[in-house]
Amino acid sequence: MLKVERLHHSYGKAQILKNIDLGVERGEVFVTIGPTGSGKTTLLRLVGLLERPTSGSIYFEGHMVDNSERHRLEIRRRLAMVSQKPAVFNASVFDNVAYGLRIRKENGASLRDKVMNALETVGLSGYERRDARTLSGGETQRVALARAMVIKPELLLLDEPTANLDPVSTSHIENLITDIIRKSDMTVLMSTHDMFQGQRLAHRMGVLIGGEILQTGDPREIFSLPQSKKIAEFVGVENMLGGVIAASKEGIVDIKMDGAVVEAISNLGVGEQVYACIRPEEITLARAKEPTSARNIFNGEIIRIVLFGPLARVEMDCGFPLVALITKRSAEEMNLQTGNRIYASFKATGVHVIKK
Amino acid sequence: MHYIADAFVLALKLIFTGDAEVYGITARTLEISISSTLISALLFVPLGCLIYFNNFRGKKGLISFIQTCYSLPTVFVGLLVFLAFSRAGPLGVFGIMFTPQVMVIGQVVLVGPIVTGLAISALSGVSPAIRETAISLGASRFQSVWAVLKEARFAVLTAVMVGFGRAISEVGLALMVGGNIRGYTRVLTTAISLETGKGEVALSLALGFILVALALIVTVLANRFLRVKEADVAQSRAPTS
Repeated sequence: MLKVERLHHSYGKAQILKNIDLGVERGEVFVTIGPTGSGKTTLLRLVGLLERPTSGSIYFEGHMVDNSERHRLEIRRRLAMVSQKPAVFNASVFDNVAYGLRIRKENGASLRDKVMNALETVGLSGYERRDARTLSGGETQRVALARAMVIKPELLLLDEPTANLDPVSTSHIENLITDIIRKSDMTVLMSTHDMFQGQRLAHRMGVLIGGEILQTGDPREIFSLPQSKKIAEFVGVENMLGGVIAASKEGIVDIKMDGAVVEAISNLGVGEQVYACIRPEEITLARAKEPTSARNIFNGEIIRIVLFGPLARVEMDCGFPLVALITKRSAEEMNLQTGNRIYASFKATGVHVIKK
Repeated sequence: MHYIADAFVLALKLIFTGDAEVYGITARTLEISISSTLISALLFVPLGCLIYFNNFRGKKGLISFIQTCYSLPTVFVGLLVFLAFSRAGPLGVFGIMFTPQVMVIGQVVLVGPIVTGLAISALSGVSPAIRETAISLGASRFQSVWAVLKEARFAVLTAVMVGFGRAISEVGLALMVGGNIRGYTRVLTTAISLETGKGEVALSLALGFILVALALIVTVLANRFLRVKEADVAQSRAPTS
């Protein structure tokens, strides 16, 4: 459906995108995630043909998009884009949603039906005569979605569609997007800085940091098996312990750190400098040293306990810092307090090893 | 003092009894000014778009030049048009000197910079996101420009009205290229100037009242449009729930 090859883009001396290669299949939801300023918006603007790349090519259904304005317009008519902070025309909600159809020379009853349908889908029936500029942020975003989907684009581009919204509007828009994707055969390329949103919506994800796609894969893969320290940090791997592989036997390695050894699964060789990544939810806490199949058990002192929602984040000092995520209920039943000594355990399979 | 009061009463009489001279001059004035304003709008709003939406060397300089021309002296424009259209001038072959047509041409030249310049300001008041939105929804270049123009409609209309105000109130050009021919090229301003010189103060006053009334109507309408726009803006800036 969409293929991007060796795409580079600069504004003056600032290089925004470096050597981007990307492919999106028909019917797929591809999400680029990355921190603010990583080039996500620029990538979407290039794919949306709002700007021309400094170098590189974009293919749409196998055809390279060339430089002629006519060809670009022809391709642009098959896509639609919703931006982070959509602008609405100084007109009614109806006229805003009808815009894309009118410039495609549609009118009369079919235009009316399509617009009303789109408004119903986004839950804005009855709003058609409202001045679009008096709407709230969430409503404006819904008008923008309706305006884009009413033209039935083959490729829908969504640039951080919930970045400026409150949590309720965010979940509403997310549900809408899921709905729209399910009901139509639209292909979606979306960007977000919210990794959980990416996880909820994406079939495949690409991590865009510093203008480069560092890893692509399905969401589970990216979250559990980040390929580098930058990605691991971005996807929220809180425990990243630096060390060196001291021994390797049958796929199990000993990673030697300052005063501790962590066992992990890895095919890296002895002497490699690595990070052992352990997601906080993989760590089990116990008051006493009990027999367990977990290969890694450390004794440490609780430095801090932070409660949020139903969870408790327990920060420990085991000779190295370690963070565990457990339920609030467990923390209460175990009567965990700052200063307590505690055993933290995790399995060798719960450790993801990244080369330094 | 007595004499001014008499003239004042006579002036009102002329207006309210439907004096043929007064209304003939008024009708001709409107005809000429409205023609020149419409032609200016058709020529110079697109020119404003062309300048605003294209990037070229000397764009800033050109805009400054256009703005300088807002206050072009009417007698100077009159002189240029006179030189161009007089028998010996380059456009003398048209033989339209001292006709309403040449007055319209002169007023178009006079009003052109105002309409162009204010149209550019009007367009630059529209967020660039509007044009991008139009483009991202599949608009062609022309359609996207139209979307921005539509967004700036109140400010563009104001630009045209300001142009009309200048066209209807100028006297130097109308006198020089129109010739103030009774029943043909005599307009409100030239008539006032002539009648005052002749001592016909009552007629001058009557024409003056009408001129002021017309100018007032234009200003009020322009302000109304401006207020509508401001109210819109205020509304769009209001905190959203």
